[in-house]
Amino acid sequence: MIFDFATMLPVFKVFFALVVFLSLATVTCFFINKRKAVTADGGSMKNELQLRINSWWVMIGVFGLSLLFGPITTIYLFAILSFVALKEYFSMTPTRKADRQVLFWAYLIIPLQYYWVAIGWYGMFIIFIPIYAFLFMPFRMVLAGETKNYLKAASNIHWGLMLTVFTLSHLAFLVVLPLQGAEVELTNGLRVSSEGAALLLYLVVLTQLNDVSQFISGKLFGHTPITPTVSPNKTRGGLIGGLIFTGLLGALLANSLTPMVWWQGMLVGFGISLAGFIGDISMSAIKRDAGIKDTGQLLPGHGGILDRLDSLTFTAPLFFHLMHYYFY
Amino acid sequence: MNTLKQNILKASNTVLRFLFFIVIVRPLVKIVIGLRYHSPINLPKNGKAIVVANHNSHLDTMVLISMMPLRLLSKIQPVAAADYFTKNRWVKWFALKIIGILPIVRNKMDGKSDNPIELCKEALEHGKILIFFPEGSRGEPEKMSELKYGITKLAKECPEVSIYPVYLHGLGKVMPKGDAVLVPFFCDIAFSEPMSFQQYQADFFEVLKASFEQMHDSIKYPDWGYE
Repeated sequence: MIFDFATMLPVFKVFFALVVFLSLATVTCFFINKRKAVTADGGSMKNELQLRINSWWVMIGVFGLSLLFGPITTIYLFAILSFVALKEYFSMTPTRKADRQVLFWAYLIIPLQYYWVAIGWYGMFIIFIPIYAFLFMPFRMVLAGETKNYLKAASNIHWGLMLTVFTLSHLAFLVVLPLQGAEVELTNGLRVSSEGAALLLYLVVLTQLNDVSQFISGKLFGHTPITPTVSPNKTRGGLIGGLIFTGLLGALLANSLTPMVWWQGMLVGFGISLAGFIGDISMSAIKRDAGIKDTGQLLPGHGGILDRLDSLTFTAPLFFHLMHYYFY
Repeated sequence: MNTLKQNILKASNTVLRFLFFIVIVRPLVKIVIGLRYHSPINLPKNGKAIVVANHNSHLDTMVLISMMPLRLLSKIQPVAAADYFTKNRWVKWFALKIIGILPIVRNKMDGKSDNPIELCKEALEHGKILIFFPEGSRGEPEKMSELKYGITKLAKECPEVSIYPVYLHGLGKVMPKGDAVLVPFFCDIAFSEPMSFQQYQADFFEVLKASFEQMHDSIKYPDWGYE
């Protein structure tokens, strides 16, 4: 642990609240199941909810520990998540046999991109995939020599890198963002600021709870689907409920976790809510295009890693650049 | 003295075999590649059984072995072509001692070499779990070639032995024939209820084929997508 305990206090408080919240959900779920078991068949629905909550425990545990162990651990965590996400992406979208080696290079982009994060080299981090990978991958593809479906395959590979490596690495960069120019060596065990961990927590909590609140208010007040052909479950009621909840939560947490004041936090909350919604339906469109329901099976009750990170892939760059532009 | 030396060699090969599967194969299959299940797992829990799978890649064997508990490792014997895997000393040692293959000679029913079916039967009598690829060679990646009749002959010889059909998808993308570069993809795996020759008699081959078709259809993820 290389964080100062006192400065980590807001982070601990939020985690404590999350654990309380999740415990309540676990207990509620337990009683619902018990009641259903008496009345008759609860069937797959109750198991689904239980699995979902269990997976949440694992996710909160892993995320919490990685924050506690410091920036380098967090960077490793997101590098691994990027790897799994990219693998899920390549396993569900069309690729070409001729590009096998190209895909191998695509995986090698991950450690490099996260290395830029770890040394805090913003300039390289921000152009590495949009520019250098964009130039290199087609070069490697041309060497492979296959021209059939060339453009489709090149686009698909670059989209995958942007979605699963570039956007997710913004989450990791949030942790080192406040250290920019502070001349702090991350690796030498100095006690570092916990500001970055707090920023990351703020984004992740807002994005994930926005998903939950959209889902719940969609169930309660949802009538009109917004994009019936992409995802019939996303309703206007759900979107508005999510906006209100996430705006309020953004305002509530802004002061303790970020340099923002409450009204700025509320605006950012609205932005995160909208971006999360778009990320979610964008992933739904990809899945529908591929003819599958889930991106994988790694998170029982949720699906794959990408099913959980879909909204973060859109909220992360947005939040990161707002913070970078206005505060750091 | 000689037997002592042999025993030490044998023991060290066994240790190496366990280490290979614990340290290299399992992490490779579970972390680098990753499996998606499309049915409940149905694999032998004890000896004297045959696992029948389609064949796309050398990794097929690795995945199947790493899915079975370690206590069964010493019983598992993938049935493989002798000519392919005994080309040189090192490949031979690796195939026989580390992977633990049961080498059979293909296309030679001249009476000089041992009958493959007899060899398999003998191994089963010793309580082994055979991994059998009824398509023969790995063939075109991700394209299931016609099942060959060999599995029926073997089943007929041992009518009471349980046969576990397994369908693997995607490993031909991870490491196809003739390519040594491993590219990670999630791979799909589906199982069927175990069956035996006793159960279906003359219909055995048809039932086996039908179960493979059903497993194949249960997987919705793309092969390559762009060909």
